[in-house]
Amino acid sequence: MPIQLHDDSPRLAIPDRAESIARMKIDRATWAVRAFSRYDRAAVMKIARAVAEAAHQAAQTYAEWAVRETGMGVVEHKKLKNELSAHPLVDFYEGMDLVNPRVDPARKMVEIPKPAGVVLALTPATNPVSTLYYKTLLAVLSRSAVIFSPHPMAKACCNDAAVRLEAAAVAAGAPAGLIQCIEEPSVPLVQALMASPKVQVILATGGSPMVRAAYASGNPAIGVGPGNAPVYVDPDTDQNAAAKRIVDSKSFDNSVLCTNESVLISLDQDRSRLERALRANGAHICNEAEVAKLRSWLFPEGHLNTAAVGKSAVWIAAQAGFRVVPSTRILIAPVEVVGLDEPLSKEKLAPVLAWATVGTFERATGMAQMILRMSGAGHSAAFHGEDPQKAMDFASALPVYRVVVNAPCSQGAAGFATHLAPSFMIGTGYAGRSSVGENIGPQHLVHWTRLAWNSDAAVPMGDFTDVRAPFDGPSAPPPAAPRPVTLAPAPAPANDAGMDRDMLRQLILQELRELTRGQS
Amino acid sequence: MFNYGYFNFDSKAEVLDKAVEYWNPGKTKFWQDAGIDLVIDRREGYFLYDMSGRRLIDLHLNGGTYNFGHRHPELIAVLKSALDYFDMGNHWFPSVARSAFAEKLVKTADGMRYAIFGAGGAEAVEIALKTARYTTKRKKIVSIIKGYHGHSGLSVATGDERFSKIFLADKPDEFLQVPFNDIDALDRALRGRDVAAFIIETIPATYGFPLPDEGYLKACQDLCRRYGTLYIADEVQTGLMRTGTMWGWQSYGLEPDMFVTGKGLGGGIYPISACVVTEKCGGWLHEDGAAHISTSGGSELGCIVGHQVIDMLQRPEVISNVQFVAEFFRRSLSEMMAVHSDIFVGIRQRGVILGLEFDHPEGAVAVSRALYEHGVWAIFSSLDKRVLQFKPGVLLDAATCQEIIDRMEAAMPRARALLRNMRRAA
Repeated sequence: MPIQLHDDSPRLAIPDRAESIARMKIDRATWAVRAFSRYDRAAVMKIARAVAEAAHQAAQTYAEWAVRETGMGVVEHKKLKNELSAHPLVDFYEGMDLVNPRVDPARKMVEIPKPAGVVLALTPATNPVSTLYYKTLLAVLSRSAVIFSPHPMAKACCNDAAVRLEAAAVAAGAPAGLIQCIEEPSVPLVQALMASPKVQVILATGGSPMVRAAYASGNPAIGVGPGNAPVYVDPDTDQNAAAKRIVDSKSFDNSVLCTNESVLISLDQDRSRLERALRANGAHICNEAEVAKLRSWLFPEGHLNTAAVGKSAVWIAAQAGFRVVPSTRILIAPVEVVGLDEPLSKEKLAPVLAWATVGTFERATGMAQMILRMSGAGHSAAFHGEDPQKAMDFASALPVYRVVVNAPCSQGAAGFATHLAPSFMIGTGYAGRSSVGENIGPQHLVHWTRLAWNSDAAVPMGDFTDVRAPFDGPSAPPPAAPRPVTLAPAPAPANDAGMDRDMLRQLILQELRELTRGQS
Repeated sequence: MFNYGYFNFDSKAEVLDKAVEYWNPGKTKFWQDAGIDLVIDRREGYFLYDMSGRRLIDLHLNGGTYNFGHRHPELIAVLKSALDYFDMGNHWFPSVARSAFAEKLVKTADGMRYAIFGAGGAEAVEIALKTARYTTKRKKIVSIIKGYHGHSGLSVATGDERFSKIFLADKPDEFLQVPFNDIDALDRALRGRDVAAFIIETIPATYGFPLPDEGYLKACQDLCRRYGTLYIADEVQTGLMRTGTMWGWQSYGLEPDMFVTGKGLGGGIYPISACVVTEKCGGWLHEDGAAHISTSGGSELGCIVGHQVIDMLQRPEVISNVQFVAEFFRRSLSEMMAVHSDIFVGIRQRGVILGLEFDHPEGAVAVSRALYEHGVWAIFSSLDKRVLQFKPGVLLDAATCQEIIDRMEAAMPRARALLRNMRRAA
């Protein structure tokens, strides 16, 4: 009897079409860059604003879609993250000119910005669309083209968002092919693309294996390591304010941001005061039996149960086998030790916070070091206290590149409740096996060609007043002379996005204040 | 030594000697005389490698056969997968591959009904002309002077007499020719209402891609309708997205009764061609479907490759790339012409089909040679040697396009010198 008589699987071995299509996307992106890298600043900013506006308009749509598709996170928080990755991101970089050549007569040097080119960007399941928004704007602001390889769990919302942003960019004058997304992502496919000689840089966000693969690809890469932020609360600070910030941060989007607090460290003397404050803000403090249940469900065999990522505290408690009141925002698991012997002190990406108490500030710093030695080096930590010396000592001792002070760490380290650069790529630097140690921005996608004159004063530098910059955009005005370096304040954003930008900023600030109320 | 496993050669010279001795002395010597000592060895993407190892960028593409470049990995994988299951098949029977491919092809073109397969472009033209005679019960066929539709019995009779007279295959009483872009001449030819079909390449390739005047093709079609003549669009070189739409006639807003496709349809790895017809022209398929048969026409392997070729051409990435490549060359070549206007005098372009005009009756022969010496292979038009056929592939990337222009710019002084010598000799 023929074996395939009742078999619906293909009778021919069909080759992988996805890789072939993806390679066509890379070529298309290369064409787009060829044109876009000659756009002038006005054209670039117009496109960035148009993309930001399209992103802003669809923030709610994709917040719902991402939660529906991935089962992770909280719609209202994802909406906020999406909004923050739109206009406020462009606002932040409004004053950073990555387009015009810089002339420095004093140093006899001219610097010409050169965009990276084709950027291969990975987006995680935890923050799919906000990361896509963010990386798209980084590419646009640096005049690069971007191709997304979304996490397979979030491929539908990412593809839709990429199409929407590309349409907005093209309508504003961008070349087609500037923003593309892989329809059928897979691990072999992304590995093949990461090794393509036609990709100039990889922006890797995701699990460690993917980030390591990006660095091993042979192509330049900016990848960031995992977080596992320790948070210290000093006795000298308002315990209620600290507790509120921590609970707000841990419950924000159910802790899917890698910047969320992982282990709370406080002093023994304050335990009951802080515990009351945490409870008052919606934390459930687990008893010993609950901690055991939580540990075995969350870390079976010592590894994180990915089913927990981005889920609510109430759901996680139920899965672990105990009940909490429905208003519970986070679970706190008191632990005796931290480090390899206590899985609850690892990164969790869920609203579960481990809590250890120690006798002294010095011991607390040591414990934070222990946590980071296990994982999260190069990433973030948080400090709640009033003593600048302690803040300095804490930050100096820890192998992290940002310590958020008196703010929620989830948002603060990502630049949304501090003055750090707003970012969904938290550079973990050499300590965290990354090439960049700060929050990644568009400046990381630009290298500069430097025209450097003989430093001998007898050799004059030419006059650049009337030298044309190489602009050739769609609506490029007559080429302007490159401007000299000035320290003038950034020009006010153009009001061409068809909306009241001040009102928008106020709205977002208000939402942020809601989240961070108590310390701002 | 050049060891190919099944046979080996000591040198390129030995290959050329054997080619003269056993294969085709005329063709072999022609290229030697033209200064093109090419024996294509390895090939990959849009690059050809001579036996010497020298790399050439392929802008000849054999009229679009290598539209996707040489040995496109996806098509190679498709053919390999097909070989694990199918062979050429038995043309007598319906088959899964032919049914699926026929449907895919018919659905690319509004108004079309059946796809009839052949193995090469000439066979597809043969099918079209026979179909026209069956449908109209008329015998005469009209084509354009310097048109080109292949080398088989009926198809060769439509073309230039260089290819028909030598074999006593010209049939002036049944096959009439009218000048291109001359609508009155066509009117006079069709007026007697005894012409079965008017066949025309949407842009005549071998004639050097002269572009149809505004409204010319539509007027031809209207005349055909008026006089009961069938309009056959030969899309062998202008189809498959090369003009920016799947079929060139679509970009001119035409509704042909039949169209013919070949070359690139088989992706450069398995020969297949097709004549696609409307319901009106499909009569013989009902009366006697075996009236035209072909053992290798519509081979199942070819159908599977062709199916994938159409599928790939429909991808938005490919359509977008065609636009980028076309726009790039439109701009770059205009700039180049401005600089070299003493010899480079015209650009004909639609999509990635280009004819470049040079100011000498055999100007393109010299330019082709100069380009060859600078690592680019583009062929002159056989029937108008002023014009260089410039045929970029639909998947060309930005870097290769720029390299083509850079090499071409570098070749211009040499082209100018060759042209000067030709003028002096003349």
